[in-house]
Amino acid sequence: METLVASGIGILTAAGVYLLMRRRTFPVVIGLSLLSYAVNLFLFATGRLVVDRPPIVGASAAPVDPLPQALVLTAIVISFGMTALIVVLSLRGFLESGSDRVDMSSPEDDAAGVDPSFAEERR
Amino acid sequence: MTLALIVLIPFLAAPLMPLAARAGRGVCALAAGLATSLSLVLLLADAPAAFAGADHRWSAAWLPQLGLSFSFAVDGLAFFFAFLILAIGVLIVAYARFYLGPADPVGKFYAYLSLFQGSMLGIVLSDNILLLLVFWELTSLSSFLLIGYWNHLPQSRQGARMALIVTGGGGFALIAGMLLLGEIAGSYQLGDILLQGDAIKASPLYLPALVLILLGAFTKSAQFPFHFWLPHAMAAPTPVSAYLHSATMVKAGIFLLARLWPVLAGTDAWFLVVSLTGLATMAMAAWIACFKDDLKALLAFSTVSHLGLVTMLLGIGTPMAAAAGVLHVLNHATFKAALFMSVGIVDHETGTRDLRRLGGLLWLMPVTGSLALIACAAMAGVPPLNGFLSKELMLEAAAGTTYLGLPWLFPLTAVAGAALSVAYTARLAFVAFVLGPRHELPNHPHDPPVGMWAPVAVLVAAAIAVGAWPGLAEGFVAAAARATTGGALTELHLALWHGFTPALAMSLTATVGGLALFWQYGPIEKARAALPRPEAKRMFDAAFDALVRTAERAIAATHTQVLHHHASVAVIAIAAAAGAWFLLAPHAPGDRAALPATVPAVAAWLVLAVVAAALVLRHRDRLQAVILTSVVGLIVSLTFLQFSAPDLALTQVSVEVVTTILMLLALNLLPKETPAETGAGWRGFDAAVAIAVGLGAGGLAYALMTREVATISAYHVAQSKPAGGGTNVVNVILVDFRGFDTFGEIIVLGIAALAIYALLDSALRGAAARRLAAMRPGEESRDAHPLLLVVATRVLLPLAITAGAYIFVRGHNMPGGGFIAGLVVAIALIMQYMASGYAWAAARARFDAHLMIGGGVLIAGLTGAGAWLFGRPFLTSTFGHLRLPLIGEVELASAAAFDLGVFLTVVGTVMLSLATISRVEERAEGPKPPPPHRAPRPRRRAEAEPARSLVPTEGG
Repeated sequence: METLVASGIGILTAAGVYLLMRRRTFPVVIGLSLLSYAVNLFLFATGRLVVDRPPIVGASAAPVDPLPQALVLTAIVISFGMTALIVVLSLRGFLESGSDRVDMSSPEDDAAGVDPSFAEERR
Repeated sequence: MTLALIVLIPFLAAPLMPLAARAGRGVCALAAGLATSLSLVLLLADAPAAFAGADHRWSAAWLPQLGLSFSFAVDGLAFFFAFLILAIGVLIVAYARFYLGPADPVGKFYAYLSLFQGSMLGIVLSDNILLLLVFWELTSLSSFLLIGYWNHLPQSRQGARMALIVTGGGGFALIAGMLLLGEIAGSYQLGDILLQGDAIKASPLYLPALVLILLGAFTKSAQFPFHFWLPHAMAAPTPVSAYLHSATMVKAGIFLLARLWPVLAGTDAWFLVVSLTGLATMAMAAWIACFKDDLKALLAFSTVSHLGLVTMLLGIGTPMAAAAGVLHVLNHATFKAALFMSVGIVDHETGTRDLRRLGGLLWLMPVTGSLALIACAAMAGVPPLNGFLSKELMLEAAAGTTYLGLPWLFPLTAVAGAALSVAYTARLAFVAFVLGPRHELPNHPHDPPVGMWAPVAVLVAAAIAVGAWPGLAEGFVAAAARATTGGALTELHLALWHGFTPALAMSLTATVGGLALFWQYGPIEKARAALPRPEAKRMFDAAFDALVRTAERAIAATHTQVLHHHASVAVIAIAAAAGAWFLLAPHAPGDRAALPATVPAVAAWLVLAVVAAALVLRHRDRLQAVILTSVVGLIVSLTFLQFSAPDLALTQVSVEVVTTILMLLALNLLPKETPAETGAGWRGFDAAVAIAVGLGAGGLAYALMTREVATISAYHVAQSKPAGGGTNVVNVILVDFRGFDTFGEIIVLGIAALAIYALLDSALRGAAARRLAAMRPGEESRDAHPLLLVVATRVLLPLAITAGAYIFVRGHNMPGGGFIAGLVVAIALIMQYMASGYAWAAARARFDAHLMIGGGVLIAGLTGAGAWLFGRPFLTSTFGHLRLPLIGEVELASAAAFDLGVFLTVVGTVMLSLATISRVEERAEGPKPPPPHRAPRPRRRAEAEPARSLVPTEGG
């Protein structure tokens, strides 16, 4: 089990980092989401893997470490807030500039980078 | 307590000044004057204690862990300076009332002045050196505001900036020096430090501490080579110059030297550095002052010169010299403030401060002229005025000083400095006021209203009184001098006539020499003009520009504005550091028994691997990427469920729903596909980096999970029920044990939602709005609001809200709680927007999302603050049991109210984020020609309400 979870964290991290290094906003947002999953799972794993011993007093003799769970719970919600903000930032950036490139590039690049589908829409 | 009030009154008065200014300029000045007088009265009430040398102090803890306390003390020295600050402050307030023009905002002026006054009082009355540092920085900041008061003038802004950079930079050094001093003494209380002079001077840290403290004092008091900021600070209004450069700002450095005199002075290092710096500053600045034609510039350099004089006296290190320094602080404050104000009157009345244009003012404005001439005489050291007393003492001290085996250096330079001082004073007095009247002045000058010259008269009277009857000030100065020298000064006797002493001869020589210099001014000026002169401002500006250019170059070289570069560098650096650490350190496999893998787990892993691979390989199809990401989220929540985390599973799955809706909403407006832009080389590089990081993260997780570590969680589990009143430990941690974290987190959530609102609300205008209007919806279902979905979501809404309430209530004991309940309710509400359209849902929303966010944070905060009423720390929770008929025993915990705040904030955040995007969406879908198969409808709104008949509603 530990191997599966650890490799799962590794896979999510790798995919997240790869997507984070793309040139358009949307893959970057997806990459950040994957990284959030990986980080949350990692934090969760610091409480060790325990089956059927939820952190409820009286439900089991030796409940699992509850602290990482509390931290991860808020982390999940905060990740949502962060993702929402970044999605909206990218949306506003696209609406403002007509391009969804991540980089602050020169005007020539911008001209070349304007999304063709959008240019079509304008016509 | 009154000690603290003396300092606090100006700070409390400052924000009231702009309000008072609305009632009129006179009211504002009166308010400022009253505040200053109140502080002054409180200070005078402390006079007996200060003179008696009693231990008069007041203290309150601020940050006891750091040794920082809010403590004040008054002794002779503190009283001396505080009295000067407040007494001259009252005069400045009155003078400024008449000086400031109709266009100058008086409220702002008096507010800044009060801030500055409070900061200065804080410096002199602090009994804690860390507190002193706080006030020290505040004087730098508030003097920046005062010097830049006329911020429409470029020289004001430049002068203010220069003063801030020089004194603020010195402040940095001072902080380090004071920390060292506290380190040596083992206390940051000034009272304790002053008792440990011998230990401090013997410490190996003495020299670094001394150098750093002197840097702070010399920059503040404009000592060579940091003197250049002071003349540029003359761009300030004259009342500011009169205040900053006579009794306050520049005297702060002097005060510090005097304050720390018992523990720092008396060593060779102190003598060699301080006395020489003072001597050089005195002579150099007096020389420059001789050749200034701008009256304020002349006075500025004269101020630098006199500060040098005091520094030199403190540097000599004998108690008598230190006492002379203290006396000169008083004398200089009186005549220099009077002269600055007189020059301000001249400027005000004639429209110029240029000596080459002024002349004979004594006959045009007799009152001002006479007062200015007396003040000039005091500055030149003419008996029987106060300047003469301190000049005699200074020359006497210089005569007895041998520097590095050179017995002539100090006496000779001191006489030269005194002669130059006579020369520039004579120039000011004779050229401007006495000699040849001029007629080409911009205005026809006459004496100003009495309110403007009365403060000058008070100061001049003081200069005469102290000079003619030295006994008047003897007690006042002696108390300050005794405190300065730590009691080493046994007796101070001030007198005009000391008999035929060497000092008298030196004084006569200086006076005659100075008048001779004035007589021969023309040829000397020509000779000097031929000499090369370093221009401090040009050097400062060049250094400043070089610094800015270097910074710009560094930024241009490292900040490429390409995310890919920055992300790569950061990721590779972290991976390399972690990898190197891993390879260098010894490591062994963990010893914790692994859980056996199960078939469902392996299956979930396989799905995850395939989905992640598909995401990487086919991420350019964005819709598919969103779907695949939500699959990952589902697997993550299943993982939580499997490993004993029901709360996390519930949270993850509901967040997943919200995130997916959000992504889809955004994708509707964004391009649906990512173009292929990067070549195979870059992709390979990125993949290699990503795999390295993935291996590291996975390996780290594995290493962690296969080891047992002692944790603090046993406490949480054991105390959950008895202390927190709940059995769901995760929820108890969130709302109780670590409630402060949660409080911060909901605030962050609320801020994120408001930022989203701000980002998109403004998108409905300008370029973004035009782009939105030009958008055509892509391929979408012809029925925007399918009936089945509409019906289902509306039926589900009450059920979902009930479920949310249930999850909320049981959360303290069973999986659930405010976060999850908030997400569930928010999803149910969002579904209405999705199914029935923004307009329909927004028209029916009963609760404003902004209100929910604000209310939620407020409820959580108030619950936490409620604990204060019972004398407990913030967020201490309490609980009790209540027996209700029918329902039975119900537990009431204050944490439940906190959780309600969490709930409301989460609902508000989700609603505001998603509803705002929907609103933008609606704009994009705006009024459009209807599809050909439909009959044209009169209004768009009707189109958004296809199922209106299902729910009868009021209005249209």
